[in-house]
Amino acid sequence: MSLHAIDRPRARRRVPQSVVPWLFLAPSILMFLVYVIVPIGQSLAFSLYDWDGLSPKKFIGADNYVELLSDPDFIVALRNNVIWLLGFLLAIPVGLLLALFLNQKLFGMRLVKSLFFFPFVISQVVLGLIFSWFYDPENGLLFEFLGWFGISPVAVLADEKLATYGIVVAGLYPQIAYCMILYLTGLSGVNPDLIEAARLDGARGWKMLWHVVLPELRPATFIAVVVTVVGALRSFDLISIMTDGGPYGSSRVLAYYMYEKAFSEYGFRMGYGTAIATVLFLIMLVYISFILVRIYRREKS
Amino acid sequence: MFPAPIARAAAPVRWLYRVVLPLSLVLWLLPIIAVALTSVRSAGDLAQGNHWGIPTEWQLLENYRDVFERTPMARYLLNSLLIAIPTVIGAVALSCLAGYALGVHRFKLNLLVFFMFVGGNFVPFQILTVPVREFSLRLGLYNTMSGLVLFHIAFQSGFCTFFMRNFIRQLPREVIEAARMEGAGDWQIFRYIVIPLVRPAIAALSVLIFTFIWNDYFWATVLIQGDQAMPVTGGLYSLNGQWIAQWHLVSAGSIVAALPPVAIFFSMQRHFIAGLTLGASKG
Repeated sequence: MSLHAIDRPRARRRVPQSVVPWLFLAPSILMFLVYVIVPIGQSLAFSLYDWDGLSPKKFIGADNYVELLSDPDFIVALRNNVIWLLGFLLAIPVGLLLALFLNQKLFGMRLVKSLFFFPFVISQVVLGLIFSWFYDPENGLLFEFLGWFGISPVAVLADEKLATYGIVVAGLYPQIAYCMILYLTGLSGVNPDLIEAARLDGARGWKMLWHVVLPELRPATFIAVVVTVVGALRSFDLISIMTDGGPYGSSRVLAYYMYEKAFSEYGFRMGYGTAIATVLFLIMLVYISFILVRIYRREKS
Repeated sequence: MFPAPIARAAAPVRWLYRVVLPLSLVLWLLPIIAVALTSVRSAGDLAQGNHWGIPTEWQLLENYRDVFERTPMARYLLNSLLIAIPTVIGAVALSCLAGYALGVHRFKLNLLVFFMFVGGNFVPFQILTVPVREFSLRLGLYNTMSGLVLFHIAFQSGFCTFFMRNFIRQLPREVIEAARMEGAGDWQIFRYIVIPLVRPAIAALSVLIFTFIWNDYFWATVLIQGDQAMPVTGGLYSLNGQWIAQWHLVSAGSIVAALPPVAIFFSMQRHFIAGLTLGASKG
């Protein structure tokens, strides 16, 4: 056997160390480029065109954005996004309170916690149907209940002023469950000695929560804020199921309005749709940078 | 422990807690309990406003049979499985590979690539919608389950890579270094050392991704048209349009659609919650 042949397996294994990680990364980077990174660039470019998806694109510069500024439906959608964001943030303190309520070691407590959490596992489509029925003025649970107090039924989802709030409440249901489980995990990681030491120093109740426990829960709070803000800006499913953006477009958010403009029977205005998507993207980008900066700091330390 | 263990509290407080806890649980789950109850009622009961009493006739079998016989529900459920399972396999496989590279190797662009995955994972879907739909149309992937699966694998690999990389970085470096000293190549280290060690992470990711994909509705409406390839979420939306106010059928359909992820959650709770709360605790 020649020297050459003996050397071969060794030679084959000697892929330069600097290339190895890229071989492992290649499949996922390729997929991510094709389906995420490149499309972002394309969308930004499409937003400068007038395009129905079929006929040739026509470059119109910033016209789509100029139109957005005077589009009352866009303003309504943007305002609803703010309502979603503020409403959704309630999930964090409520989730924390629920976690504090449930953070006990009793028989069967694990099951109780799971039962509190499991609305999160159910799809938003199903939750949307459940809440549509919940709000139904004739059959729904809500007014059957409120009826005891003499409150007469209102068609929440058919009311221009109430529809968005009704949907936000439906969205809060699983989101509270999510924040609760984050805080329960956080609470189980708090060092018991720290709590006992603070107790000996006379800390209790709100004081203990604010000065001792909450600082320890910062990682949980960070994740809760991240997923809640992203969840609020992603809201689409519940709106589509519960109101289809109505009545009269009053419950649209940017995500839904974009979909309607780009793909609905009202005509395929892809250029205008991507302009709406770009606005949503830029809002999110501020937020994504904030998250990345934080992760960067933690990586460096 | 905070709050103080209830066992240390005065007797009245202890009893109050024991009473309030189950009550609050029932109240919390009331919308879901109500739907479960409605799914076994008859249309007649609902018409007469009997929402809470004993059903005059139990229609458990009838309602659920109706859902399966009169609608393509079985087709939708099968489609959801055919979409969710390959996505789980694909996304977990890709992210194990990528997580290994980012978690073990030190190279210049490491953090940049990592940030691409993390940042991409947070972008609003709408910025991807039009190009992804065009791309799928051009390649003949529009309205096919494989088209939807490919997109899901690509997008989920962002979150999955973030997850795997953080998990792999926490592994003891000595084990990997020792294997390298013995002359093991990267593939061997990956296959025989890292993969067995990250089994819990793979389990956690699998149940999470299965649930996310099963519950996806947006991409199903963007990339799928008609019943042939539609998963259960989109199917339920169109059934809701046909079943106007037939709440007993809507309820039965909802329960059927919700059942698989709920079953997975209750059977793999520990993994599910560990995955969802990764990084939430300092301890």
